[in-house]
Formats: sequence, structure tokens, C-alpha cells
Amino acid sequence: MFKHLKQLTSLFAMIAVLFAFTTEAMAKKSKTLKNTQKKGFVRCGVSQGLPGFSNADASGNWTGIDVDVCRAVAAAVLGDANKVKFTPLSAKERFTALTSGEIDVLARNTTWTLSRDADIGLTFVGVNFYDGQGFMVRKSSGITSVDQFKNGISACTNIGTTTELNMRDFFNSRGISYEPVAFEKADEVVAAYDAGRCDTYTTDKSGLAAQRTKMKNPDEHIVLPETISKEPLGPVVRQGDAVWEDIVRWSLNTMIEAEEYGITSANADSMKTSDNPQIKRLVGAEGEMGAAFGLDNEWNLRIIKQVGNYGESYKRNIADTGILPDRGPNQLWTKGGILYVPPAR
Amino acid sequence: MNNKIKRILPQLLTILFVVLVFGFFTINAQVNMDNRGIDFGFGFLSQEASFDMQFTLLDYDGQDSYLWAYVVALLNTLLVSFLGIIFCTILGVIIGVARLSQNFLIKNSAAWYVEFFRNIPLLLQIFFWYYAALRALPLPENAQPWFGVTYMTIKGYYIPSMIWENLNVFMSCLIAAIVAIIFIRVYARKIQEREGKQLPVLYISLALITILPLLSFLIGGVTLDFEMPVLKQLAQTSFIFEGGIALPPELIALVLALSLYTSTFVAECVRAGIQGISKGQKEAAASVGLTPNQILKLVIMPQALRIIIPPTTNQYLNLTKNSSLAAAIAYPDLVLVFAGTALMQTGKAIEIVGITMLTYLSISLAIAALMNWYNKRIEIKEK
Repeated sequence: MFKHLKQLTSLFAMIAVLFAFTTEAMAKKSKTLKNTQKKGFVRCGVSQGLPGFSNADASGNWTGIDVDVCRAVAAAVLGDANKVKFTPLSAKERFTALTSGEIDVLARNTTWTLSRDADIGLTFVGVNFYDGQGFMVRKSSGITSVDQFKNGISACTNIGTTTELNMRDFFNSRGISYEPVAFEKADEVVAAYDAGRCDTYTTDKSGLAAQRTKMKNPDEHIVLPETISKEPLGPVVRQGDAVWEDIVRWSLNTMIEAEEYGITSANADSMKTSDNPQIKRLVGAEGEMGAAFGLDNEWNLRIIKQVGNYGESYKRNIADTGILPDRGPNQLWTKGGILYVPPAR
Repeated sequence: MNNKIKRILPQLLTILFVVLVFGFFTINAQVNMDNRGIDFGFGFLSQEASFDMQFTLLDYDGQDSYLWAYVVALLNTLLVSFLGIIFCTILGVIIGVARLSQNFLIKNSAAWYVEFFRNIPLLLQIFFWYYAALRALPLPENAQPWFGVTYMTIKGYYIPSMIWENLNVFMSCLIAAIVAIIFIRVYARKIQEREGKQLPVLYISLALITILPLLSFLIGGVTLDFEMPVLKQLAQTSFIFEGGIALPPELIALVLALSLYTSTFVAECVRAGIQGISKGQKEAAASVGLTPNQILKLVIMPQALRIIIPPTTNQYLNLTKNSSLAAAIAYPDLVLVFAGTALMQTGKAIEIVGITMLTYLSISLAIAALMNWYNKRIEIKEK
């Protein structure tokens, strides 16, 4: 009897020890990270086609600054920036896809707001594009400012976006009656506006600039100078996996900080021997910068080498494509912009 | 005893199975929502919706609650379904009868119509009517009036609105006329059963329904004015019509696509119903001296309807459910507004999708109940 009891206690003790170990390991290693490494690709939600942010070419290659965030995460956790599975999502579907676990990162020109951050079970990890809502009109209308909008104007936009709410605030505060025409897909909005269904098309200014390139005759349209809202766009993760959240946040921060210190995809390897300890930390040559995430020490070097720094990404996707050649607020804080990230140390 | 168990056991097992499956899904959803920090609750329904809608039947403003947004969006869905059902029935009956015509041209064009519209996916038809047909319409400033006072433009169909004075007097006259007609019909039937005489019920009814409302204009002080749509300039090249009623192109395209598509199925039901009545019925009716009109009204149709109603009910239900494709072309129906915008703004996916599903289920069951009631009324009363 006693013999059995002894065996039983030792068994319990073993289970307890095992359990303690597993919880310890769990805390270090995030569940999402583990699943991602097991699958061999990062599951990333993107837009259904917004040039500059996330857009697929004819052969299915995705490009854009949102796409680059996903690629950076893949480079960090899997070692290969191409190991990403992109899921195109409408504005309406995006959060459900994330909270239901269909994707692990949402990089889909999504505005960071209090209610989204607090209510829906999501966490915003940073800002990769500072934007604001604007209006596009036909040049021939002679409208050059939102002050010229009159009662009865019809405005095309997307459903399920902050745009829909800002638009109401804007027109209400000016006492203008308007006809909102809200579509589910961006392509449908563009088609309807282009056909003449609406007098104006409203969304984030970067979106307007990008969608203009898709129109039958881009030169016939102008974006009005006024910005009616703050739209900080950034990647989002599910609530409840703090380590994964940190990985995505610091993948983005690494890209921005690399630009600040002049580290590019071309010179990253040679920077390992730099005299500046901050630069050495950013290319994995000093400190233990990956251990806290459960990653190796060169995760950030891989991001810079394979994806490039933020400036390279911006130039490749947004400036060189003619969408917004001027970086505006999306310039480093050292160069008059508002891009400022906490130090990676 | 043994038999009883045999009878009950499978049923008990079935119930147990259903409960277990349902329970599993509930608990699974609960656990997953807890893990992801999502709350479950319907409190959001009383919050301010804070988005606007393009087209509403009742007064709605962004300051109203999500619940009110739901009601208003539901009405938009019901409006499309109602208009669609009316038009597809009218069109379906005409096409169905035309398919049985002796005239080669009529018969074949009806057959082509059915084959064409039935075999193209509905979503494609909606896109066609909205995008392709819309582009072909003129801008407001170039629009030529239809019927003198209405304007079909790319921004919608503008019609004059009616401004009534003493509308209640007019409505009472109309109701009085309808009540009188019902009385006369009952009376006429009695006369026919007692004396075999037939009263000209149709003419009397027509006279009543025109004369009584007309009288209300002459002596009841009712006046009716029309507010005409007037062109207004918003900017150099941007115009709209102001005044009158504006029917958005989204509504028109949707109703058009839904009724054209569904009418083909209704037409086939009607054709099947009429062809299902044996020739002998018609000949027998003719041999007792009924006129062709009476044969159709008293002999053929009552029997054909019994064949037509059940499958047509299905088509009505299909049309109602298909109206949810509205979301593709920005018509603010239940799916676009409630399961779209409201879901996005609140993040209450399970609650909102649940409510939406229950709503469509209720609409469908209500239509089915109504049609079953009608079907019961016209079926053969066996003694």
C-alpha cells in the first residue's frame, strides 16, 4: 500500500515538474510562433489590391509596404522573406479573419483607433504609414477645395472603414447633406466613381493616389489638398500572444531604425564590423537581441538583408511607382518627418 | 414495452445527438472567444451607429442606434424583395402564358427569354445592370425627360413627389370603396346562388373605386400637388436633381436583375401548371356552355394554381435570399449595412451574423406561411 503511495507521489511530482517546464517554455516561445515555424510560412492578411501597399502582379507576386512587413516577419522567424502566404481580404473581412485565427498578421492599410484596439480582440503593433482621409474629384468639375462642396453631393467609399465614419463627421460638421454610396470592394468604388455615379471619391489619401492610377484616365482627377482625419496605418495581431506581438512590432521597428542608422540591404553584412554598438546590435553582431522572442541573434540582420530598410521599401513601392513621391510625414524624425521608433537595445 | 422502447430509443438518441452537436459548437465558440478576449453580448445594439445610409424608407441618422440601423436596413431588404416578387410574378405569368401561345414568334421569343435569363448567374446580371447599363445612362445635365416629368440619370431615377392635403379624407374614401366592393361581391354571390342571376360585379367595382376617391377631390377638400425634380448645379460639371423622389440606381438595378432572373422560373411554374390540366377539363367545361373566359377563370385556373403555387413559393424565397447580393452594388440592405458596416464597427461577428441568419430565416418562414395559407385556401375541399 505504502509502496503504491510512494510511486503515486513520485508520479505526481514528475508531472508537476514537467508541467512547470512546459509553462516556462510556453512563456518563452509563443504559440503563434511555434505554429508558424511548424507550418513553414507566415499567414498574412493583405488588401485585395492597393498599389504601393499590397498588390499582386500578373504572376501572383505580392509587393507593397504592407507586404514588406509580412516579409520582414517571415525573414525574422523563418529565415526566408518569401515564406509568406498572403490572404487578400476585404475591409469587412479583415478583423474576423485575424481573430478567428485564419491569419496571424494583418498588414492591410488598417487605421489604428481606440475602439479597434480595445474592443475587437486585436492589438496594433505600430504605424508603417501616416495617412489622412482626403477627397478626389474630377478636374472638370472645377472644385479645388472641400469648401466648394454643396448640398446633395454624392460620395463613393468603402464599407467597414473609418472612412465611412469620418465622412459623416466631416459633412455633418459643415452642415452639408450628402449621399453616401458605400461598396464592399475598392475596385467597385473606383468603377462607380469613374462611371460618374459619384461626385467625389473619399478614402485615405495614399489610397486615392494609388487608385487614381487604376482609372481610365488618371489625369482627369485630382486629390483635394484638405486632409479631414488622422489615419495612422499599421500592422495588427491577435490579442493574447505577447511574444508574437513583440516579434511583429520589432520587425517593423528594425526596418525603420535601420534606415535611421543608414543600414541598407546592400551594406548590412559589412556593418557587422561597425564601431557603433547600436548598429552592431541591429545587425546581430552584439547583444542577445533575439533570445527574448525565442529567435536567434541574426533575425534583424535577415530582415534588413532580405527586405531592406523602411526607406528602401518606401522608395521601391510608393515613390518609384509614382504614387506619393514625397514622403511627407513618413520621413524619419531626423529629417523632418514623424517616423520615430523606440531604440532596439 | 419492448416495442415502446424500440420506438422511443431512436428519437432519444437523435435528440441527444443534436444537443451534443449544438453544445459542442457553443462551448467551442465560447472557449475560443474567451481565449481571444472577445466578449459576447447584445449591448452594442443600443450604441450610436455613427454611419450614414444612402437610401432609407424611415428617418435614419448616424446618431440613431445600431438597432434602428438594423430595422431600417431590414426594411430596405423587404422593399427589394417585395418589388422583386411583384414584378417577377407579373412578368412570369405573361411569359409563362406566352410560351403556350399558338403564335410562333411569341412562343419562341418567350422560350428564348427564359433560356437566356435563367442560365446566366444572377450576380453577373446584377453587375451588368449596375455597371454596364449605368454607364450608358446620361449625366443629370444631359438627361431628357421620360413621360415629360421624370428623369433617368446615372445618379438615379427622379420622379415627382406628391404633396397631399387632407390625405386622410382621400384614404377613408378609398377604404370605403374597397369595403363596399367586398360587400357587393358577397351579395352578388348570394343572388347568383338564389336566383341564378349574375350581377356585373367587375363594372360596379371599377365604378366604385374611381368615383368615391374622385368625389373626395370635388367635395372633400382633398388637393394633390406634384413637386417636380429640378436640375441643380453643384459644380462646373456636377449636377443633381432636387425635389421630388430619387430612386437610387442601385435599387433599380437590383430589382431589375432579381425580377428578370426569377421571372423565368415563375414562367416555367405557370406553364407547367396550365399544361398540367388535362384537355378533357376544358372540353367538358365548354360542353356545359361556359364561355372561354369562364372556362379559364372557373375551371382551368383554380386547378392550375394548385400546381403553380408550391414551386412559385420556392422562387419567392429564393428571390428574397438572393436580394442579399445587394452588397455587391452598394444598395444598403441588411447584409451590407448590418452584417457589413455594423459588424465591422462593433466587431461582434457571432452576434451580428446570428441575428442576420435568424432574420432571413424569419422572412422566409413568413413568406412560406403566407403562401401555404393561400395554397390551403385554393386546394380541393374534399367532403
